[in-house]
Amino acid sequence: MSKNVSSDRFRKVDVDEYDENKFVDEEEGGENQQGPDEGEVDSLIRQGNVMGALQAVLKNPPMNTKNQALKDRAEGLVLKVLSSFKSGDIEKAVQSLDKNGVDLLMKYIYKGFEQPTENSSAVLLQWHEKALSAGGVGSIVRVLTARKTV
Amino acid sequence: MSYYNFLLEPISCHAWNKDRTQIAICPNNHEVHIYKKEGGDKWSKIHELKEHNGQVTGIDWAPESNRIVTCGTDRNAYVWTLKGNVWRPTLVILRINRAARCVKWSPKENKFAVGSGSRLISICYFEQENDWWVCKHIKKPIRSTVLSLDWHPNNVLLAAGSCDFKCRVFSAYIKEVDEKPAATPWGSKMPFGQVMAEFGGAGSGGWVHSVSFSVSGNRLAWVSHDSTVSVVDAAKSMIVSQLKTEYLPLLSVIFVSENSVVAAGHDCCPMLYNYDDRGTLTFISKLDIPKQSIQRNISAMERFRNMDKRATTEDRNSNLETLHQNSITQVSIYEGDKGDCRKFCTTGIDGAMTIWDFKTLESSIQGLRIM
Repeated sequence: MSKNVSSDRFRKVDVDEYDENKFVDEEEGGENQQGPDEGEVDSLIRQGNVMGALQAVLKNPPMNTKNQALKDRAEGLVLKVLSSFKSGDIEKAVQSLDKNGVDLLMKYIYKGFEQPTENSSAVLLQWHEKALSAGGVGSIVRVLTARKTV
Repeated sequence: MSYYNFLLEPISCHAWNKDRTQIAICPNNHEVHIYKKEGGDKWSKIHELKEHNGQVTGIDWAPESNRIVTCGTDRNAYVWTLKGNVWRPTLVILRINRAARCVKWSPKENKFAVGSGSRLISICYFEQENDWWVCKHIKKPIRSTVLSLDWHPNNVLLAAGSCDFKCRVFSAYIKEVDEKPAATPWGSKMPFGQVMAEFGGAGSGGWVHSVSFSVSGNRLAWVSHDSTVSVVDAAKSMIVSQLKTEYLPLLSVIFVSENSVVAAGHDCCPMLYNYDDRGTLTFISKLDIPKQSIQRNISAMERFRNMDKRATTEDRNSNLETLHQNSITQVSIYEGDKGDCRKFCTTGIDGAMTIWDFKTLESSIQGLRIM
């Protein structure tokens, strides 16, 4: 077969970057988003107040920040809280959330699916079932269409 | 509910004539077919409008002047006039380099607006001296395809829903055909191309599929691909009420009274929403409640037929429970107007057209009242 002797680096150029009409999302200042408070959430879990821990961990979602470490930390914290629930209590916990809470929970659940660990998918699937019955397919559509994710 | 299945192909778009005896549809190809109502539930095709070189994406039928405007993916728009018994097209140069996506006559029928993938809106008006349709462009600050348009009753303001996640109200004032418009809650200075209001975007939100002004023009509703319905009241300081639905995204929305909105989309079912004077948007009901299907015993003949056709003896019906078997892409007023609609019409990807009667709906669905 003939071998290409000249450079083929041009094939790897991202042409979209040079498109002057390229759509760029609006920048929204999100530098002061801390993510959920780790200390508060941990102490609530230790006290056994899992419902309170859920409310706490869904505060201050790191939506607008570009800090990946912050987002990973928030996701890990959410996973910790979700795993500390007993299966029977999940439904009640989801009912206690408002519409925005269910949407946010759905975003964290799908984020968790992206990086499965030892037992995480099983736990997340249980939560997914209950969140789906509360938020409907609309909440999943909003996970897919969100420009900024947790 | 009167349900009529026109074809197996999707109906890309439809438009009614003034007295609702004729409907123009695009059967997912380059043509527009006009059907006439033949008594009872029968429709017969009376005209075929063939001029476009690409799929026809928008049709609008002006009720008073009886002209049809069509636009398509061939980047053209045609204005059709009925001469005798034939529809004659006039080409309109839109000066766009991408497909046209939607078209709407203005209320006075002296202009029409075309939204396109070229990230702009073409406002076209007829120039008497040259006997020719000319167009002016609204470009800034649209950053993606314009999916839907709706005119304000004052013939100057135009709402546009776009793929850049925003719903905007523009001024489409043309000094050659319009008189200076009076002040409205949307603003008082309305030079051509001025953005009177902009909603949506910023991190959340999806493509805005459809927009609708209310009959007074003070309220604007839009539906977006993130499964939300939003309404804003310009007379009440432009606060947006957004409702996040649990359903699949809606594709078309229309005001049926000053306080009520009907929307339909990928769930194949029209839904009714209410916007009260305090600014709260609530979901009232789905409007396609199927009658409970009775469990029937399957006859031996059916068992063998199922075994032959589907390799199963169970009576597993793969049809949807709703009337429409696929997404509804367009909702239009059939009887009445945006302030007091008595019947509305839906067409969709299943090639079917359904006319919905609020009187029947109010009696069959418990607690349903259009306010």
